[in-house]
Amino acid sequence: MSVRIVVTGMGWVTPLGHDLDTVWGKLMRGASGMAPITRFDARTFPTTFAAEVKDFDVSSFVKDMSAHTGAALNSRFALGAASQAWRQAGLHERPARDARRVGIYLGAGEGVIDTLNYVATNLKGWNAETGQIDGKLWAEAGLRLMDAVREIEQEPNMPLAHIAREFGVRGPAYNCLTACAASTQAIGEAFSILRRGDADVMIAGGAHTMIHMLGITGFNRLTALSTSSGDPSRASRPFDLTRDGFVMGEGSGMLILETLEHAQARGAEPIAEVVGYGSSADAYRITDIQPEGRGAAAAMEQALRMAGIDPHARRSDGRAPIDYISAHGTGTKENDSIETLAVKRVFGDLAKSIPMSSVKSMLGHLIAAAGAVEFITCVLAIRHGMLPPTINYGTPDPELDLDYVPNSARPAKVDVCLSNSFGFGGQNDTVVVTRFRP
Amino acid sequence: MPRSSRRVVITGSGPLTAFGLGMAPLWDALEAGRTGIGPIETMDASGFPCAAWAAVPAPAFDVRQIVPKSYRKATKVMARDIELAVGAAHAAVTAAGLVTKGTAEGAAPTIAPARVGCHIGAGLIPADAAELAAALHTSRDAEGNFDIGEWGRAGMQNLTPLWLLKYLPNMLACHVTIIHDCQGPSNTITCAEPSGALSIGESMRVIGRGDADACLSGGAESKLNTMGMLRQHFAGRLAAVPPGTSASDAAARVRPFAPDACGTVLGEAGAILVLEAMESAAARGANATVELAGFGASQCACVDTVGVDLSASGPDIAAAIESALADAGIAARDVDAIVPLGMGHAPTDAAEAAAMREAFGDRLASIPLVTLTPMLGACGAGASALAVIVAAECIARQKLPARLSTARSGELGLDADACPSRSAELRTVLALSTGLGGQNAAVVLRRTS
Repeated sequence: MSVRIVVTGMGWVTPLGHDLDTVWGKLMRGASGMAPITRFDARTFPTTFAAEVKDFDVSSFVKDMSAHTGAALNSRFALGAASQAWRQAGLHERPARDARRVGIYLGAGEGVIDTLNYVATNLKGWNAETGQIDGKLWAEAGLRLMDAVREIEQEPNMPLAHIAREFGVRGPAYNCLTACAASTQAIGEAFSILRRGDADVMIAGGAHTMIHMLGITGFNRLTALSTSSGDPSRASRPFDLTRDGFVMGEGSGMLILETLEHAQARGAEPIAEVVGYGSSADAYRITDIQPEGRGAAAAMEQALRMAGIDPHARRSDGRAPIDYISAHGTGTKENDSIETLAVKRVFGDLAKSIPMSSVKSMLGHLIAAAGAVEFITCVLAIRHGMLPPTINYGTPDPELDLDYVPNSARPAKVDVCLSNSFGFGGQNDTVVVTRFRP
Repeated sequence: MPRSSRRVVITGSGPLTAFGLGMAPLWDALEAGRTGIGPIETMDASGFPCAAWAAVPAPAFDVRQIVPKSYRKATKVMARDIELAVGAAHAAVTAAGLVTKGTAEGAAPTIAPARVGCHIGAGLIPADAAELAAALHTSRDAEGNFDIGEWGRAGMQNLTPLWLLKYLPNMLACHVTIIHDCQGPSNTITCAEPSGALSIGESMRVIGRGDADACLSGGAESKLNTMGMLRQHFAGRLAAVPPGTSASDAAARVRPFAPDACGTVLGEAGAILVLEAMESAAARGANATVELAGFGASQCACVDTVGVDLSASGPDIAAAIESALADAGIAARDVDAIVPLGMGHAPTDAAEAAAMREAFGDRLASIPLVTLTPMLGACGAGASALAVIVAAECIARQKLPARLSTARSGELGLDADACPSRSAELRTVLALSTGLGGQNAAVVLRRTS
């Protein structure tokens, strides 16, 4: 019998709010976090809207803000989410046995570029005649315009450094940045570290924002973003025939994962149990997903195998092998088709009896942070017996014939959920979470 | 405590350094005590405080020559970091004698693709400044200032559609997994210098628990660009090297563990290994003289917010060493040599020295430290994987490389002074890394047999 790993705390900072209950309530009502971009002047961009985090002030979440002076926005989101999770797990009152056995595994993105100064430096350093950078001019401008702390805070391991500082964490510490799969991967790897006995507690999750000029530019050039005109709240349409790309979101999701033994010893209440993790690479093309969903299916199959779930067998009470899939469901043509195909490949005839929805229809795509936020929705679905909907589902795509929980939240008996995240570059990660039974 | 049951060995090492591609040129230089540091030649660096670096010389490495013909087009969307990873992976796979899609397209692979994982640590990759500036230049108002409205309307169209994909950190592993058809577990750890060693540790665990039979594992980064220089200067890590300084004088400024350590010089490297389950390596008759015997990781309590000053973090770094020794089932007295990060940046060196002192006590003064930075520069996410590669080679050859630059390390109770290469009986070597942000990794390597 392997070591059991439970969730004892959760927290998030999202475009629909900054606490579990508020956001869950809005997801149940099918609310949308999308609005015109306010972070920079995007009025002439192909995409003018995003799902921004609103009215968030990290200082109400941390012990002493002076320890986090200069924290970039992604680190602030991370601190807000991690503080909620830490508190829910009761680690502030009933601490872990040994700080050296409390670790962190994040899938956090880089900090926001200091856009205007970065742009100005590159322009001043460029010699239009040679088409080359003049190193001397560039250095003079950069040293004058850019700020040391702001540059260092862009390193992707800075959210981790801030969280370690806030909670005095000394155990194994990692940040992975596997694009849109990062925080699901972080949860899976944290789970693996705990199972092996290399830590008692792991903070796991992700934090990211790419709602800045060059972030939107990059995804617009890839034609990955929705460019719908009209109401931004209608732009993210996963699995719908008229879907035209994802909507950029931002935020953070954080968990406290813990060995059951350690949780019980300190009197913490297990909220759910992590039972499976799978990771694979498409090894196909840098721009395209493997068209048969080979890699996505491999990650799901591996996670289910670890969880001891046979994807082709109904449970003894006649239910499908799992109750819910939190889809990667970006709303791009390619992802939603191939994810549907991969789910059918894994579950065969039973695929149609497993509800699968995408909260990206409401929250947007939190990129590196998406997986952790979606994992939390799975746990809340188990807790509340409700499935979050895929909103904006109006025109069925004849090839996409699964149950996408269209438009309205739905009551359901939920004990076992699977959460998928797939990243640019063919990174696939899946985690399986279940109701905790003593 | 449950521990992984399967043992993991190194069957191929792929360094890509200032000395070129592969182990032979690297070892020749380390043995001879040559430096790869030299004056910056590809741009006017006189505006930066440091005018030297250790670059992979263009004639020694052309990524287009080592990828399969069918993949040449994709080299256009490779940032330098990706090229380094692709080169190092090629060298590692070749050294391991593996047949992959990348070494022989159409041939049967030595190991089933679904059983091969890939963990490559990466840095924060800045956009190519010239490429970006040329596009930005099209969007200026009458006064010559940047006009974001024009950028949104038209200017951004001057960037290639795949622009973003050149700079995502996971594109190192992405290209490598495509070229060599590695379909198993894959990850991209981004924790500055320890990234490579943390990736190697993760591969060990993945193979150990049976989720893969082999992994391409390590790290790669180049900070040899304007943003890399600027950020490292902002972190206070660069040595002052004025323009016109000779290569040997520049290398002499990098003095790891010396009382007068005064900063580092940047380098670039890809450092990737083929790691395999001992049983499957033995089954295919692979040459494996070194085993990854133990791994440990930890986090520093940082003095400052961003983890630049780690000087008080010795005990936290020591925790990684102690976990790795325990994982290997050995005691501190069993370690014959250490390959630390040893950047020559005084606060980071002091933290590493304090950690080693805590873990090894008085015996530390007689454990040789292998210091690579005066020869290879500070190679970011590639550094700690390079340390693992060199540690393994030391064991395989029963030899320690030469050391440069440092004097009077004995005053700090350390054995790190400049000296020629020498033979040594090496059964167990430790590779250690801390880094900006305060993550730590320790890897114990042991002679098989």
